[in-house]
Amino acid sequence: MSSTKDVLFKPVFDNNPIALQILGICSALAVTSSLQVSFVMCLALTVVCAFSNLFVSLIRAHIPGSIRIIVQMTIIASLVIVVDQILKAVAYDISKQLSVFVGLIITNCIVMGRAEAYAMKNPPAASFLDGIGNGLGYSIVLLVLAFIRELFGTGKLFGFEILSVVNDGGWYVPNGMLLLPPSAFFLIGLFIWALRVWKKDQVEAPDFKIAPNSSGETV
Amino acid sequence: MASNDSTSKTIIVALALCIVCSVIVSTAAVMLRPAQQANKDLDRKTNILAAAGLLKEGLTVEEQFAGVTTRAVDMATGKFTDSVDLATYDQRKASKDPALSDDLGDADIAKIGRRAKVSLVYIVQGDSGIDKVILPIKGYGLWSTLYGFVALESDLNTVAGLGFYEHAETPGLGGEVDNPVWKAKWIGKKSYDADNQQALTVLKGSVDSSRPEAIHQIDGLSGATLTAKGVDNLIKFWMGKDGFAPFLANLRAGEA
Repeated sequence: MSSTKDVLFKPVFDNNPIALQILGICSALAVTSSLQVSFVMCLALTVVCAFSNLFVSLIRAHIPGSIRIIVQMTIIASLVIVVDQILKAVAYDISKQLSVFVGLIITNCIVMGRAEAYAMKNPPAASFLDGIGNGLGYSIVLLVLAFIRELFGTGKLFGFEILSVVNDGGWYVPNGMLLLPPSAFFLIGLFIWALRVWKKDQVEAPDFKIAPNSSGETV
Repeated sequence: MASNDSTSKTIIVALALCIVCSVIVSTAAVMLRPAQQANKDLDRKTNILAAAGLLKEGLTVEEQFAGVTTRAVDMATGKFTDSVDLATYDQRKASKDPALSDDLGDADIAKIGRRAKVSLVYIVQGDSGIDKVILPIKGYGLWSTLYGFVALESDLNTVAGLGFYEHAETPGLGGEVDNPVWKAKWIGKKSYDADNQQALTVLKGSVDSSRPEAIHQIDGLSGATLTAKGVDNLIKFWMGKDGFAPFLANLRAGEA
């Protein structure tokens, strides 16, 4: 069963959608200032990705090539609306914080990319696992980001105080920049760096080489 | 069976998919609507109670809200009105509708553009009449409109609590309007001076508590001058003559 394991766990580190494929950065910047919100976002994306892969794969033999992207979009959009409605019904506070970002899962390249690249060519069970695997790959980056941002930005984790901050009479001066979206950019950059130090095969060959200054020529 | 790429097959697949998806989406929307509505109501009530400082652990929000009466106030006359349906009235929507709101023109210090003609207020009934009055407030900070409530004690002058439930100010700076320590500074401050003029204000810097006007003053937020200025403006607006001052005067005189 090594292939099943590969399908499920390869996207976590070896073929991570954010770190290697550089997809889905938008929501990774937006929702990672709190661990709880990120967790729900990861769950929502994993569910959508898994089921969209499953349904696309189920009807892949009947999808006309000319409208296949629209068919995938329709399935993804329907799933996202259902997830959004469920969140509003059972986790209202969190859905308020996620606001448009649940809706934007529709345009998240990870979901669409997996549907087109994997589910169109593979059987339903494998596609479903591939969806979960890519969801996990997305989740691990988001959760690492959210952990760092919430802990050092507010001194809390999941809303519980870990480092007592100065404003409440403690000792920790929170780093406000970590609560702003750009900090996620730096952290994703560092995450990719760390990952590529560990897994050298992910390092891309440079597109071009900087030529040395030509010293012999005169103007 | 025609090939996948024939026109008829394309139309059939597209139609079938649309029907299946729309059934799923509408079923989810219809079945979950009661729960969503309940959540929305609960959220609103929680905000109101939290602003008034009435939110307590142990009791459900519904139980705590039982003592609160919702009333509608005509902002022009400052008197109660029955012209709107309390259950369905959406004040935020009304404040954008030209038919249901007034353009504020120069009086618009809180930078809200329009003010709804009718505003909801929440009255907490005590053993001897009114215990607290909770008023909705809003105004522009640095990046966003802050929406919140201010609660007054039964003298309709002393602040019992203030809180914002929606804003997008900078976390850690302007976002400190949510800090309980800062919100606690509002409690006990007087909204009107001896001449019944609006006097509540947010300073830049800290309040000198030895001065007599300190009773009307609140510390600014360090690093958030513009958000604090926005809160200052909005509290001046809503406590002033274009805000709830006429209503509070009527209520004090027993003529609302």
